[in-house]
Amino acid sequence: MWIKVHLPHSKWRQNLTIPDQLYAGACVINVCPPLPCQFGKDSTEAWVTDLQHCKLQLLIMALRSAVCRLLVNPQRCAIISASRSQGSAAPAQKAKVQFNWRDGLELEGQLTEDEIMIRDSFRDYCQDKLMPRILMANRNEVFHRDIVSEMGELGVLGPTIKGYGCAGTSYVAYGLIAREVERVDSGYRSVMSVQSSLVMHPIYAYGTEEQKEKWLPRLARGEILGCFGLTEPNHGSDLSGMETRAKFNPSSRTFTLTGSKTWITNSPVADIAVVWAKCDDGKVSGFILERGMKGFTTPKIEGKFSLRASATGMIIMDEVEVPEENLLPKVSGMGGPFGCMNNARYGIAWGSLGAAEFCFHAARQYTLDRIQFGVPLARNQLMQKKMADMLTEITIGLQACLQLGRLIDAKKAAPEMISMLKRNSCVKSLDIARQARDMLGGNGISDEYHVIRHVMNLETVNTYEGTHDIHALILGRAITGLQSFTVNT
Amino acid sequence: MSPASVFVCLSLTLLSDYPVIRVKPDHSGVVTDGVKHSMNPFCEIAVEEAVKLKEKKFIKEVVAVSCGPTQVTETIRTALAMGCDRGIHVEVSGKDYEAMGPLQIAKIFAALAKKEEASLVILGKQAIDDDCNQTGQMTAALLDWPQGTFASEVTIDGEKVKVVREIDGGLETIKISMPAVLTADLRLNTPRYATLPNIMKAKKKKIANMKPADLGVDMVSRVEVLRVDEPPTRLAGVKVETVDDLVAKLKANGTI
Repeated sequence: MWIKVHLPHSKWRQNLTIPDQLYAGACVINVCPPLPCQFGKDSTEAWVTDLQHCKLQLLIMALRSAVCRLLVNPQRCAIISASRSQGSAAPAQKAKVQFNWRDGLELEGQLTEDEIMIRDSFRDYCQDKLMPRILMANRNEVFHRDIVSEMGELGVLGPTIKGYGCAGTSYVAYGLIAREVERVDSGYRSVMSVQSSLVMHPIYAYGTEEQKEKWLPRLARGEILGCFGLTEPNHGSDLSGMETRAKFNPSSRTFTLTGSKTWITNSPVADIAVVWAKCDDGKVSGFILERGMKGFTTPKIEGKFSLRASATGMIIMDEVEVPEENLLPKVSGMGGPFGCMNNARYGIAWGSLGAAEFCFHAARQYTLDRIQFGVPLARNQLMQKKMADMLTEITIGLQACLQLGRLIDAKKAAPEMISMLKRNSCVKSLDIARQARDMLGGNGISDEYHVIRHVMNLETVNTYEGTHDIHALILGRAITGLQSFTVNT
Repeated sequence: MSPASVFVCLSLTLLSDYPVIRVKPDHSGVVTDGVKHSMNPFCEIAVEEAVKLKEKKFIKEVVAVSCGPTQVTETIRTALAMGCDRGIHVEVSGKDYEAMGPLQIAKIFAALAKKEEASLVILGKQAIDDDCNQTGQMTAALLDWPQGTFASEVTIDGEKVKVVREIDGGLETIKISMPAVLTADLRLNTPRYATLPNIMKAKKKKIANMKPADLGVDMVSRVEVLRVDEPPTRLAGVKVETVDDLVAKLKANGTI
């Protein structure tokens, strides 16, 4: 590793040598011809190599106050002068370990080879194929159904499922995928999460073999699009109070579903819906509803100022006849929907950090480029503090997500862990996006700079799949043993 | 009879749009430590073409080959994830790697192609770090096989290959017999993204390991790099007020 050192103008003299004490410190000066611009110019440079930390420290400290005299030796003319070396804040370091602001704690070294390949391949796709579309898709509120088929071709839908045309990757790979797509847009990541965690996962975890064979390969290819019907107009956080009913008809062996669901990603264009309804026994069960069933309509929700690139709507069920074979038999009760949501929440924990990373990098570049009062904005302490905070939160958040992914892969993860990280990633990312918007000034409100779109989207990401406060209650219950969801007990 | 196997020969190069390529202080070369490396873009196109030919059932097997240090296995893995069947890593490291040039690589590829009885050897037209544009041609010469370089379209027609080449004057179509060497140019195809299922499958595919000595190739380079310099820094221009001034200045400095 070469270290370049500079002598400030005031210290430079005509005859320069290396003081004996330094030379005796065995600075190994390589045969390195002096660069032409030393004499009579304001600074000199040389390259010093193979120094140990302490010796270089000595060198630099001495030179800062030093008079350096030229070592006159025709073979070995090396001129050393001191000042801060480019870029690194600790010049004494041999700079063998450089801090990488893009990857503060070397996440790269903690990933397996195929996780890296998966992430890189998908990142290329997202940047090449999704980034160009998102500006107009968001501005004009257009959902590009094609992206589902494209993602299906790449095999990123339902990636953790084994068999049925799915890739069978680790949960860490799923997280990396979510992070890359949300780096482009949270709406696109919502579409991917719904398909993978909220439609394919329940069929895989709770469905019969026939249901899996029938639906999973087509969902994996993106041939059909699904949606997840749980939230109701009158029951958001309070899911167990849901009003949608499924009445069993023994004569026709069908269920009649009546009720409405709202804030359902994909519903206006979905081919199937996994809907949760209360059965005669008071317990919640999951049903697969298909487009075309009588009484099943999906109006679009208009006037949304978040996740505009993804289509959101309601599911209205007016006595929809659902055959018995569309019931997901392997689960009964709230465990079913919660299991799916935990799967999705994990993806969101990774994903929102991807959006935060985009905002952080965008703010950094903007403040480096923009000159005000004669200097780049990034020269200002207020800007640097904000970026330091962003870097810290993102780096720490990713480390936590990695550990959580490894625990899930080892089947050692508890739901509270996922709640903790979904809550943390979302609130920190929202804050980072808002700060970045502020740093971009007036340009920050233009969608051309993309940050405002992330600010807009992360409001929803912070809210859905369990609000910030609800996850706090989940954790509070785990910490104290006392539930504080309801007032009555 | 469909050709048995196709060799795709890959190169690991410095990422050319990495903003800070620096010349080493001793002017012996360019700093490569810590610079991101990846598969040469033209080699990606070559892999894509080979995999396409296999999908169209013109060939049975695609083998990805590369020479270099251990880092090179990542490149081979990527090629496997794109659809190649197996890989061969020819280990070259340290001083040998620094001195390695198109001739040594061509010797290795030629020896391998003969040993494994390849019917087609496909390479990228040039590596984006050294821009030599020699390896493909040298390989063909060493094997005494016909070559279709700068290919923008490849069609297999029985025992022959029809190649449309991009040349200075336009497009040239040639027909060459197999076995042959082809080099891929930019417009040959658009490389696919490695899909997740293929990346997972690539883990199980084999990468064989060997040394140049095993192939009887001597790595001694007859080329000595004397000096590497950065291009001269661009000097500021001079503004003039009128056309007459411009003409006067151009005359003064001898341009006209």
